[in-house]
Amino acid sequence: MSIATEREAQAPDDIPPAITGRWSSLAKEVLGTPRVVVGLVIIGALVLMAWIGPLFSPWEFDERDFFAFRSPPSAEHWFGTNTTGRDVFHMTMVGLQRSIVIGLCAAVATTVVAAIVGAFAGYYLGPTDRVLMWITDLFLVLPQFLILAILYPVLRGSEWPVFVILLAGLMWMVTAKMVRGMTISLKEREYVLAARYMGVSSGRIILRHILPNMSSLLIVDITINVSGAIILETALSYFGFGVQPPDVTLGSLIAEGSRQALAFPWTFWFCTGLLILLVLAVNLVGDGLRDALDPHSRRRS
Amino acid sequence: MTATTAHAHGDAARPDGTDTPVLQVTDLEVTFPGTRGSPDVTAVRGVSYELRRGEILGIVGESGSGKSVSSLAAMGLLPDYARVSGSIRLHGEELLGLDDRAMAAKRGRAIAMVFQDPLSGLTPVYTVGDQVAEAVRAHNPHFGKAAALARAVELLTLVGIPDAERRHRSFPHEFSGGMRQRVMIAIAIANDPDVIICDEPTTALDVTIQAQILEVLKTAQRETGAAILMITHDLGVVAGLVDRVQVMYAGRLVETGPVDDVYYRTRMPYTMGLLGSVPRLDQDDKTPLIPIAGSPPSLTDMPPGCPFAPRCPLAVEACTQAEPALEQVGAPGHRAACVRAGEIQANGWTARDVYPVPEIGDPPQAAVPREDRTTVLEVENLVKHHPLTRGALFKRRVGTVYAVDGVSFDIREGETLGLVGESGCGKTTTLLEILSLDRPQSGAVRVLGTESGRIGGRERMRVRRDMQVVFQDPMSSLDPRMRVFEIVAEPLRTHAYPKDRLQARVIELLRLVGLEAEHAARYPAEFSGGQRQRVGIARALALEPRLIVLDEPVSALDVSIQAGVVNLLDDLKARLGLAYLFVAHDLSVVRHIADRVAVMYLGKIVEIGEVANLYRHPTHPYTQALLSAIPLPDPEKERRRSHIVLEGDLPNPADPPSGCRFRTRCQKFAVLGEEERTACREREPELRRRVEGAADQAAACHYAERQEPL
Amino acid sequence: MAKFLIRRLLSSLILVFLASSLAYLLAATTLSPRSNFEQQQPPLSAEAIERELDHLNLNDRTPLAERYATWLSGVVVGDFGQTITDQSVNEHIARKAGVTLRLIVVGAVIGATLGVAVGAYSAVRQYRAFDRASTVVAFFLLAVPTIVIAVVLQVTAVWINDVTGRQLLEYGGEYTANLDAGFWGTLADRVQHAILPTLTLVLSLFAAFSRYQRNMMLDVLASDFVRTAMAKGLTRRAALFKHALRTAMIPTITYFTFTFGILIANATFTEKVFGWHGMGAWVVDSIVTNDVNAVAAVTCFMAVCVMAASFLSDVLYAWLDPRVRVS
Repeated sequence: MSIATEREAQAPDDIPPAITGRWSSLAKEVLGTPRVVVGLVIIGALVLMAWIGPLFSPWEFDERDFFAFRSPPSAEHWFGTNTTGRDVFHMTMVGLQRSIVIGLCAAVATTVVAAIVGAFAGYYLGPTDRVLMWITDLFLVLPQFLILAILYPVLRGSEWPVFVILLAGLMWMVTAKMVRGMTISLKEREYVLAARYMGVSSGRIILRHILPNMSSLLIVDITINVSGAIILETALSYFGFGVQPPDVTLGSLIAEGSRQALAFPWTFWFCTGLLILLVLAVNLVGDGLRDALDPHSRRRS
Repeated sequence: MTATTAHAHGDAARPDGTDTPVLQVTDLEVTFPGTRGSPDVTAVRGVSYELRRGEILGIVGESGSGKSVSSLAAMGLLPDYARVSGSIRLHGEELLGLDDRAMAAKRGRAIAMVFQDPLSGLTPVYTVGDQVAEAVRAHNPHFGKAAALARAVELLTLVGIPDAERRHRSFPHEFSGGMRQRVMIAIAIANDPDVIICDEPTTALDVTIQAQILEVLKTAQRETGAAILMITHDLGVVAGLVDRVQVMYAGRLVETGPVDDVYYRTRMPYTMGLLGSVPRLDQDDKTPLIPIAGSPPSLTDMPPGCPFAPRCPLAVEACTQAEPALEQVGAPGHRAACVRAGEIQANGWTARDVYPVPEIGDPPQAAVPREDRTTVLEVENLVKHHPLTRGALFKRRVGTVYAVDGVSFDIREGETLGLVGESGCGKTTTLLEILSLDRPQSGAVRVLGTESGRIGGRERMRVRRDMQVVFQDPMSSLDPRMRVFEIVAEPLRTHAYPKDRLQARVIELLRLVGLEAEHAARYPAEFSGGQRQRVGIARALALEPRLIVLDEPVSALDVSIQAGVVNLLDDLKARLGLAYLFVAHDLSVVRHIADRVAVMYLGKIVEIGEVANLYRHPTHPYTQALLSAIPLPDPEKERRRSHIVLEGDLPNPADPPSGCRFRTRCQKFAVLGEEERTACREREPELRRRVEGAADQAAACHYAERQEPL
Repeated sequence: MAKFLIRRLLSSLILVFLASSLAYLLAATTLSPRSNFEQQQPPLSAEAIERELDHLNLNDRTPLAERYATWLSGVVVGDFGQTITDQSVNEHIARKAGVTLRLIVVGAVIGATLGVAVGAYSAVRQYRAFDRASTVVAFFLLAVPTIVIAVVLQVTAVWINDVTGRQLLEYGGEYTANLDAGFWGTLADRVQHAILPTLTLVLSLFAAFSRYQRNMMLDVLASDFVRTAMAKGLTRRAALFKHALRTAMIPTITYFTFTFGILIANATFTEKVFGWHGMGAWVVDSIVTNDVNAVAAVTCFMAVCVMAASFLSDVLYAWLDPRVRVS
């Protein structure tokens, strides 16, 4: 809708313009947002680098170079070596892989949990809503970082997917509240009422009408949660509560590097730089998508 | 400051044409640059007009005609990315190109504006008194805070805020829409402006409130002597109010002149169509409305030639060659932009000659007397009370809203019952209660003899088939993520319609409502408002219901589009023998479509009856006031009529007046003797036949008597 | 109104209680204080270990319900029990809570104010140089984990101190131990120590708030009441400041509640990196040292902070927005 027709529309202003209904036009809109394109290109490059980079590295992941402890970047060790003589480049690439996978999985899981809780609470309201929102509030009051840290002994010895589930279990609340709010307003939309009055069941209405109409919002939310999960993971790893060695993530590398950031900067800056780049790219995509998909925030550019 | 020089208190004389215009707009063009590769939008394309001292000029047009943009340009309130060219002179001084500071000195002082939506027009966090006082101080910095506030109270009193001394401390959300609009007017006249631009000032308001606001505007004009530029889509509002009127279409003026000339000697087919498509409150016989085919052009890529040509029944080769200029036709000052204007004048054509008039038959049941027809819907003493909570944050129950408080009516086969009333009267709640099929708090709802709330799931589904709904907003009543095919097929799928016949049925339905088979593959966003409403109707018809409940189905549409949908509903009823429950606030539309009508006020039906009788001889004072408040698109009639202007706002539905609920605003109550008033105060009047001779007309008033408000 | 506040307070209390209980139960089942004593040098006898554990109510051979009941009976009277080194948890809280609160409050006030100011101004100057610059900065900061900000600030401080040859910025501890410099000297020392940790919090908060406030402000900028204000004769600047900003601040208050949990977590990292002995650093230490009672106490403290913040923001909200006030 053009500005002029928007301005001229004499219908009451509080009816939000319809969410554009075509994936193709969405794709056009999305790809017309430079931020999204830049973000996606960076993410694509990082993914390529993370999975293909190690193939070119002359060193194995857990191989030690006994002739080069803490050596700065060189032709042989592109990102230098660490205290135990391992190749920082290879470790960083593996860590990057892990961080990307953990971030994505945790974000998707988070959003799924949030969408289900929020949509049911918002659609049924009443007791369902009270119970679900009360649980949400309880989770909000619990310091998520602390709970993850307490559960660390459980994590010890388990694989990263467990970690992903825990991350998701502690990140869904804010999104769930948002989804609930959206559901309550969507529920009053006339097409939902129409479906109800033609006899469509509640579960079907949620699946067919409510969730699809927030899909853009949920997609944006996934991107936000990707960066959230990556950052949370970093923090946990810093205290040693994250993924356990020999597994590495960017977070655990940063944790290790930060203790010697002054003396051996290469152990800190490469992984940190990549992490910032990754989160930045994800945020760019998220922000751009929000502008492109969410009609409320659509602005003139 | 030059603005003060032209102040002309008390000599708000009719324009004599000799003095310089207060506001002179020449060749105004406004373009919004396109975003992300989309083309530029030229919202106003070369508009010229002048406004003389004390004059009231109306600008009429549908959505997207550019009427608001042109006035925002005069106020310097367009966003900075808009490209404006041409000239806007205020007392001969050029306004375009002035910087923000210089423009701010003019705004509010020399030229003021009243906006459409009083809900969002006032800052929610300041009291109304402060907001008016701010307008005073903006141009009189020497005014102290207290002095400005005192002046604000004066202004609020002037625009009719009762007890302004105390109520100036209220926040906007504590005011009703009408009161907020009064505040907006108070702000506009705070500095005695020379020009007041009113942009759809009454569109968001109910008719009785609209009548009040129009009165306030007249007062405001008397007080300030300002010239008023009245922008509206409502041909009735301008008819009785303005001296001259200009019709806009696709960013240009297409007809302009003294109001009588434009209304009675219309020379531009678009204006004709506009006038012909309005359902008339004062028309007895049911003639179909005159819809204008198609929809307004997009302003991005205008083809050469007359922008109305694609929709115009009179279009000839020449129309597509070049855009016709606005030229004089007939009387001086009357100008129209149509190559065939001379022909129209010579032949004396009217809308009915120019536009094809559709033919609509009668429903098959029309021959059967009402009593012998099946009752499709029966509502008996329906009650719906809901708790009133205050505060978004600290919610608490502060009372009970008597939204629907004992409503009874029935609808027979092939009949349309119009349920009318102003916002807050409970008509929508009634409708939702009927649709929910839940057991009402009290009373009963029976759809084809099946009582709601006493039936199992299977039976419920069967009732759902028989009763379908069409909603108001064609934008939000269709799921934007579904194709039209899916939308129309949804009820069929839900009720297990044979899969192999699904596609054929959907296409049949689309054709039935005047759409094409290929529309099935599109998304709602690709349709215009009228087309979307047709999709909604097709969906409602899918299961061959006996009763369709319509919630303001045409109120979100422009008049020219509205006419087509109203005709379609009429036609479907005749062909399929449907019954309608038609809920609306627009009494003109209801008169056109309904067989019987029920008027609601504060949760109760105050009058019900056969449509022609009720409109011609309403007996309840509220019905009389409602009908009287609606302006007719007929300047002469409008000038002759005297409107009943109700006092005040709708009482709080959580605390309705004792006895007769209407008595606090009743014009009849006001002239009753003290003794007679006791009955109104103490006894609630029941709904029954009150006047001899009216077979099917009942009113809830102790002192009901016939009147002719039209 | 009072009734509401009480009801609200009550439900907050219940939530705090449940959160602490949950944390206690989780910690009591997953942490193993026993290993602390078993690894002690010189080794303790089995009885001594049992005795110690029983004394601290940390014995995993006592049924969980019983331990919980003992803990709860203490908590009800305001006693959070003993740390694993047999010190009073309450005393620790008394000492450490102030440190954390000081950090959080100062950081939150500066960060949020700066964020709101910058965000609002960039909305007004949308797509101009200031907006672009602040957007780039905020975007960048949002992508940097607080830990990294803290570490980078520390590294920078070392570098600055090296370059200037003076101990300009302190990056370890809260104050210089055994400093005898009078009131002003001590204050200066404290400020010197506080700059970097506070800056860490400020930076991360600033980024989030400036983005949020910018969006809120943009929503309000196009609204009708700003147009009305200009139509009265206010200049654009005056209309924006008086009408738009004031209204756009309201949703930011709610946003504050949402970010408060993150703020607390950030305070934890900051304290840990800069060697402050606050609640945040303590919780990390107590998890590592299997200190169940301390973990539960800190959870309780954090839950109280979160509830207090949300309560405060509700009150602020009601104060700023007449629409939610109850008459």
